[in-house]
Amino acid sequence: MKKSYLTLLLLPGLVFLAAFMVIPILLTVGSTFYHEGRFTVEGYLYFFKDPYFLKILWTTLRVSLVTTAICMLLGFPTAYFISQQSPRKKALLLALAIFPLLTSSVVRSFSWTIILGKKGLLNNMLLSVGLIQEPLNILYTPTAMMIGLIHLFLPLIIITLVGVMENIDTDLVKAAESLGANRFAAFCRVVIPLSVPGLIIGGILVFVGSLTAYTTPALLGGKQQVISTFLYQNAITLNDWYLASVVATIMMVITFVIIMIMNMLANKLNPKG
Amino acid sequence: MRQKNRGLGLFTFFIYLFLLGPLVIIAFASFEPGSAMKFPPQGFSLKWYQNIFEVSMFKTSFITSILVSLAGNLLALLLGLPAAYALSRFQFRGKAALNAIFISPVLIPGIVLGFTMLKYVIITYNLPVYSALLIGHTVIMLPFIIRVIASSLANFDFAVEEASLSLGAGRLKTFFTVVLPNIKSGIIAAVLIAFLESFNNVDISVFMTGPGISTFPIQMLLYVENNFDPTIAAISVLLMLFTAVLMFIIERLMGLSYFTKR
Repeated sequence: MKKSYLTLLLLPGLVFLAAFMVIPILLTVGSTFYHEGRFTVEGYLYFFKDPYFLKILWTTLRVSLVTTAICMLLGFPTAYFISQQSPRKKALLLALAIFPLLTSSVVRSFSWTIILGKKGLLNNMLLSVGLIQEPLNILYTPTAMMIGLIHLFLPLIIITLVGVMENIDTDLVKAAESLGANRFAAFCRVVIPLSVPGLIIGGILVFVGSLTAYTTPALLGGKQQVISTFLYQNAITLNDWYLASVVATIMMVITFVIIMIMNMLANKLNPKG
Repeated sequence: MRQKNRGLGLFTFFIYLFLLGPLVIIAFASFEPGSAMKFPPQGFSLKWYQNIFEVSMFKTSFITSILVSLAGNLLALLLGLPAAYALSRFQFRGKAALNAIFISPVLIPGIVLGFTMLKYVIITYNLPVYSALLIGHTVIMLPFIIRVIASSLANFDFAVEEASLSLGAGRLKTFFTVVLPNIKSGIIAAVLIAFLESFNNVDISVFMTGPGISTFPIQMLLYVENNFDPTIAAISVLLMLFTAVLMFIIERLMGLSYFTKR
């Protein structure tokens, strides 16, 4: 009785996901290896031998890595500050970080076009104080893309870290201090190691998010393609579904490998064992 | 010691300036009377707000977006509520794997999900674009529905349910009269969070456009490709107000701690 009851509860959702997500994905991956009636890896050779495609992949990885590193560096101290505040202040700061996360990514990326454009706010400011003579070309470059992605994902790592830091027993910090460690040493020896799993989980979210983001590169990256805009271009504009499927498979493999590695690291580094 | 905290406070202030500044700037720019966006605006005008209602594609795509998000939400709730209940209530073999499958739509790159659905749901299964759009949005809403309801069920004492069952109420009756009222606010919060995810989605919707069919964010993207007037800034302000209202309701219903958990 219990088993059939469970099946009744779970099966509709599972069938739905199987039909509309799992099967399409498996067939897409399969189609990259079985092309024009025979088994082949040509699509992958084609992709990995082409310097233009490799450059897109490399740019995507580089932009994502830098975005992740900067988000970690900026997010960690911010999250620590938030976690030290009174409950009311903490709630307010968290709400202000969650709000951008719930706001449309089109809105958030678009807002940077006003700031970074040739006649934008940043150039006007820099020109008026005389720091530059010519307006900077930032919009529609990888730098603009990176700024947009940091803006998009920084709140995510901040709230993830606050969630982890809240669970750190303040008695541990007090104990370290009463045993003679100064505040900074207590921070380095207690808070940082206990926050590492959160930093890694936040890092995965930011890295995978930037690696697969579409809206921000499409709006701010200009002619510079990343792997997601490349997939879209092949699927819709060029109608090359075979190459698009190869790119989709590569994206999924990279995503899963990263998630697995980082999960393993997070488990290993978790001081609670 | 004080000094260090003050430095950290200033640092946090600049981070928030970076996070929220652009949203404030876009709000100011929406009142620009001229036809190119400027900050600070050269005057005050509401004409670009008026313009939103004059672009017909905004109107039709807004209706499409609302309908798809609402219908998809209902479908995701019908599929997700029983699943969330089963995954929270019972211990059984393969539970972790099932959990992972239900959460996986957020782990798979959205653009990949959109493309594979275009390839198979629209072309191979031969479903109309509108249904495919609905299905795609249901898939991405499911993990949010399940996660939020599961976190609400985690605070529910199932002993109450046992009591009702042992007093002779049937499973279905117990669920609707004992369990459901207790997780009502969690369900509403789940629906609102999923709605925002769906309404703002670009990655799936960008593959699912047809004659006269397109979602609101996709039309925004198309519009900025060809126009640089402040209409999108005006839309942004309205969307931010809408988001703030929904977020306020979510906070009232279950607090914001859900967002800090991973």
